[in-house]
Amino acid sequence: MSRSLLRLRGLLRKEALQIRRDPSSILLALVMPVVLLFLFGYGVSLDAENIPLAIVLQDDSQTGRDLASRFQLSRYFRVSRVTSLAEADELMRRHVVDGIVHLDSDFSGRLAQGNAPVQLLLSGVDSNRARLIQGYVQGVVGSWATQRADRGEPVARSRIQVRQRVWFNEAVRSTNFLVPGLLTLIMTLIGVLLTALVIAREWERGTMEAILATPLRARELLLGKVVPYYLLGLAGLALSVVLGTTVFDVPFRGSFGALFILSSLFLFASLGLGLFISAATRVQFIAAQLSLIGGFLPAFFLSGLLFDLESTPRFVQVVSYAVPARHFVAISHTLFLAGDVPGVLVPGGLILLGMATFFLLMARRRLGLRLDA
Amino acid sequence: MKTLRRIIALTIKEFLAIAKDPKSRFVVIGPPLIQFFVFGYAATFDVKHVRYAVFDEDRSPASRALLARFDGSESFRFERALDHEREIPALIDNQEVRMVLRVPSNFGADLAADRAPAIQILVDGRNSNVASIALGYANTIVAEFSARWPRASAGSTVLPMAAVVDRAWYNPNFLSRWYIASALGGVICTVVVMILASLSVAREREFGTFDQLLVAPFSPTEILIGKSIPAFVFGLAIALLLSTAAVWWFDIPFEGSVSALLLILSIYILAIVGIGLFVSSLAMTMQQGLLGSFIAIMPFVILSGFTTPIQSMPDWLQYLTLLNPLRYVTAGLRQIFLEAAALPDVIHQIWPLALIASSTLTVAAWFFRHRTG
Amino acid sequence: MSVTAALDDRRHASVPIRGTDVAKRFSERGKAVVDALRGISLEVGRGEVVGLVGPDGAGKTTLIRCIAGLLRPSAGTISVLGLDAVRDTLAVRSRIGYMPQKFGLYQDLTVQENLDLYADLQGVPVAERPARYARLMKMTNLAPFTRRLAGRLSGGMKQKLGLSCALIKSPELLLLDEPTVGVDPVSRRELWQIVGELVSQDQIGVLVSTAYLDEAERCDRVLVMFDGQVVDRGSPVSFRERLVGHVDQVHCDDQRIARRIHSRACDLSLVADATIRSGRVRIVRATADAAARRTLADTFGVALEPAAPTFEDAFMHMADARRASNEDPGHHPVVGGSASHPVDAGRVVVRVRDLLKRFGDFEAVSGVSFDVCAGEVFGLLGPNGAGKSTTFRMLCGLLAVSGGEVRVAGHDLRKTSARARARLGYMAQQFSLYSQLSVQENLDFFGRAYGLTGRRLRDRVRWAFEHFGLGQRRNAPAGTLPGGYKQRLAMAAAMLHEPDLLFLDEPTSGVDPLARREFWQRINDFAEGGVTVIVTTHFMEEAEYCDRMLIMAHGRPLALGTPAEIRALARDDVHADPSIEDAFVALAEGRARPIDVTAASGDHA
Repeated sequence: MSRSLLRLRGLLRKEALQIRRDPSSILLALVMPVVLLFLFGYGVSLDAENIPLAIVLQDDSQTGRDLASRFQLSRYFRVSRVTSLAEADELMRRHVVDGIVHLDSDFSGRLAQGNAPVQLLLSGVDSNRARLIQGYVQGVVGSWATQRADRGEPVARSRIQVRQRVWFNEAVRSTNFLVPGLLTLIMTLIGVLLTALVIAREWERGTMEAILATPLRARELLLGKVVPYYLLGLAGLALSVVLGTTVFDVPFRGSFGALFILSSLFLFASLGLGLFISAATRVQFIAAQLSLIGGFLPAFFLSGLLFDLESTPRFVQVVSYAVPARHFVAISHTLFLAGDVPGVLVPGGLILLGMATFFLLMARRRLGLRLDA
Repeated sequence: MKTLRRIIALTIKEFLAIAKDPKSRFVVIGPPLIQFFVFGYAATFDVKHVRYAVFDEDRSPASRALLARFDGSESFRFERALDHEREIPALIDNQEVRMVLRVPSNFGADLAADRAPAIQILVDGRNSNVASIALGYANTIVAEFSARWPRASAGSTVLPMAAVVDRAWYNPNFLSRWYIASALGGVICTVVVMILASLSVAREREFGTFDQLLVAPFSPTEILIGKSIPAFVFGLAIALLLSTAAVWWFDIPFEGSVSALLLILSIYILAIVGIGLFVSSLAMTMQQGLLGSFIAIMPFVILSGFTTPIQSMPDWLQYLTLLNPLRYVTAGLRQIFLEAAALPDVIHQIWPLALIASSTLTVAAWFFRHRTG
Repeated sequence: MSVTAALDDRRHASVPIRGTDVAKRFSERGKAVVDALRGISLEVGRGEVVGLVGPDGAGKTTLIRCIAGLLRPSAGTISVLGLDAVRDTLAVRSRIGYMPQKFGLYQDLTVQENLDLYADLQGVPVAERPARYARLMKMTNLAPFTRRLAGRLSGGMKQKLGLSCALIKSPELLLLDEPTVGVDPVSRRELWQIVGELVSQDQIGVLVSTAYLDEAERCDRVLVMFDGQVVDRGSPVSFRERLVGHVDQVHCDDQRIARRIHSRACDLSLVADATIRSGRVRIVRATADAAARRTLADTFGVALEPAAPTFEDAFMHMADARRASNEDPGHHPVVGGSASHPVDAGRVVVRVRDLLKRFGDFEAVSGVSFDVCAGEVFGLLGPNGAGKSTTFRMLCGLLAVSGGEVRVAGHDLRKTSARARARLGYMAQQFSLYSQLSVQENLDFFGRAYGLTGRRLRDRVRWAFEHFGLGQRRNAPAGTLPGGYKQRLAMAAAMLHEPDLLFLDEPTSGVDPLARREFWQRINDFAEGGVTVIVTTHFMEEAEYCDRMLIMAHGRPLALGTPAEIRALARDDVHADPSIEDAFVALAEGRARPIDVTAASGDHA
């Protein structure tokens, strides 16, 4: 075995033993992914069901009751019937219901004239939910009208039919959207935070000084850190993919080969950032802070993992292009839901390759063989 | 009297230590500001400028008029017109557009003949939230168009219509920034208070000053109070500052009462101080304290209804969120900012907070006494 | 390359270290420029042990790091084994062994795993390893512990493991940075034995920095460093010879008289250094003339007899000369006089019976019993890991006892109210004040913590400024103070409220010899003023300043008594005049029979 390989083997074996004996590594690499997956899988949902809704039915005609019963049958709503609008307002003010559907006493009469309003009152505080409710109410009214028209009742269906199809996520399930994005967060935690911490720890404990005083090459030192945490990151990834596809039923339509290559590139970029942070600070506490602010925060908020970037102000979008996570989130969504789409994977992969090279070179520059860099 | 004097001495010392320790100073100033802007700008559920392509097989005045409505909408951004159906899959796959409108060749004629032509809307479902909201917007545009488009034969039977007329309380324009920014003060001060409180004891342990403190004639309760005050004061200052900034910078309305705001924030911060001190009594180093508070903050934020509604969670998880103090302050702040709530309106948010605060502080005190002296 | 140059090179190749005009300047943005090394030249030959001594901050570590290629010198050249330390760093590193101050061990790897790591890093062929390991383990007696985590080893074992790792590939040059800090005397002796063997068998060069001046005697040559410069060099013998005629000693039967003489001697300007060793006061005069000697004899009214100088005497003499010439700001003369407490001699202040502390099923301390009387200076001695710190923490109430009884002034500090603690002063291991706060803010805080207010607080803080020479630096953040000042500030904070009982935990660990001298002088003063002092230390010679001491090892008491009683344990044919350290080694090796320490011994007078 060549000297260089021997040194690398020594470093790798040391790192493996340390990871095995250090609870915080295990915590971040294997427990955190599970916790995050369950938090997001169950705790974060952009879908709504059983929305509490008050219906004020002042029109006691057959038509009015028919529409009201439609709301009761919908899986989206949990309806309370109230008699007066004031009562309904009170319910909404007390947050008992999230919306009020009001059919005025002349509803069926005006329906015959062709301009019958279904009044919907919403709380706009949670704007996203309000918009969802709006859409669901429109859907209920629309399908009611269509069915009546089909039965030959005097009501118009819309003059234009809309055939809508949602590709890749037919049921429009937010879990399908959230879980693939979460891989990014998990690999960022391992690649940036954990890596930054363990290397800063070597500086603090003085072991870095001792191994630097051996004939160790800078590239061996770098590899000795990159390889173990790369493998750990892959393990976290594999765990998340298995949990995501089994427990949370997220489809995986791409190829594992592409996932492996692209997530490797992303991991290298994260590791490079983590190594750079720790080599530049050499103090665990500061390294942790910087990796949370420079790694975790952008990976959550500037990546499109939860919030859509295209709706943010221009400058936020521009900044987000510098965040590796942004590119990987797009890749991950595509791999899980759409499949191997070269048009997304190739450019994204190339950008990640560039970022990985950049961060690793930066780390290599800071990780000198001397204490005074 | 002596107790009071000792507490004052300790409080002064804590303030000086935070003000003079660059690490702690950074925790108080840096991350809150960064988070304020990142949350404020990037955390949005608004859907704007959805890029779409058009495959107009009809090219009639009617189809052009319909498409002009899309073009004029803030929600959509026209990307390109297509000539062939086969262009569609690649466009969506590669995320060049997120929606394709397909108008069939007989659209104009069918519309004129009241044969209810069907247009096709395809959306990219990788971001499920964007997909469903974009579909809602598109349906609204189509419905408005069909209501306004003049009928070919004015004399033909007027078909009755049922239309949804909606009105949103509190946030009439469905701005998700109002939803996010109104609660920002509470969320960000959580991070500050948690980290300050959890580092307060860990810092002393790490610098070796803790023993000195324990040997001095302080009782554990005095130490606990002395450590709570600075975290409380800084936390309240940050929360109020960011609440003001939300109004002033992000143009969020403030309709409610200031006293309600002060009270709910104060009690909330006490609850968090308790949790932070609890983490602190367990952590041996500042780094452990930091990681510990990070791990605690994540579920608090995710399960608080800050970004996604609690109502969308499974029932068992909704019950669990009753233990989460951030849940109450988030709801309370939104009531105060947007719903013009006064003190009596938020009392049902305040009493659970008070309960949580008293129990976390008690637990912290118990742990403190048993871990130290 | 010319022929002469090539010849020159070959001759140089045999020289382990040759440094010429080495300088190192640290300049960070926003911080003051520090000249850590100012033009140092040195040479270390084959088969030679060169010692590097000097106070903290003199530049010893920086110099060693430059030689190992860990720092790049700002000026000058360093050639190591004929190679340039900067250009051929990697080649140099494959031929040297380096042990940094913290030993460079991975605490969460076992002994064997640490050895394997360094063998891999140094490229030791796998076939050669068993023999190499066997030799190192035999040398260091670590063979039974190869599966133990390095973090669980005692200080001495860690140091030997660190040394083994540095020696993993038979280096041609060995660099040791303060290898014996915090290590017990037995382990220290063993380390020097190992180094001695290596030098004589393999003819390697050794450069070792040390804070223990007695260790310098074991070197072939010594470089004395102050302020980044080598101020003197030579063999230990040559240093000693220069001082012939400067050193006297006074025999005292009574410990208290010895301390009084010592204390007064320290204040005299014609005395360069005064210590208590083996019950005798040793005095190093600044000058060798006989008149000064007579003056001293007259002042103390005792007979002085000439003593053989040691390297330590020479070093202290040098330090004193520097202080006299440029009023070295690091060392402030001790101004006497602290508040005097009425001494109620014989009253038992601290009472300990059958103390037991268990961590899991490991007995960290067991069977410890002793009394401390008012006005006594009581020492807890032993190497790191002997259980003295655990005992100490139980005394202060910082740790719960698992069994037995601890009473301090009649209270159990762990259960009693805060008021009982108000009469104690406490100074923790290492510097443990708020380093971000200024000197004044620290003193104000501790004053208020102990209930001082208003006038009284101001008076006591002023007292601290004057007595400890801190006034000039009242606004400096405590963390930026030079080492000696930090220690003074810590002591000032502990003494601010005029405690009756002072707890000092390893107050002199990591403190240079000069500051240690000053520190004991102050302790002496306070004891004279009636304060009871309990102090832990691993410096055996410091035990001479105690009235009585308890020596511990492996969590159990070894011996309890006055310094004279302890020394007497080791007196035999070989050691006619043993030191406390000799006694410790004899006790540890089982050559001396321990004093019966289970019996209560509050009846000494």
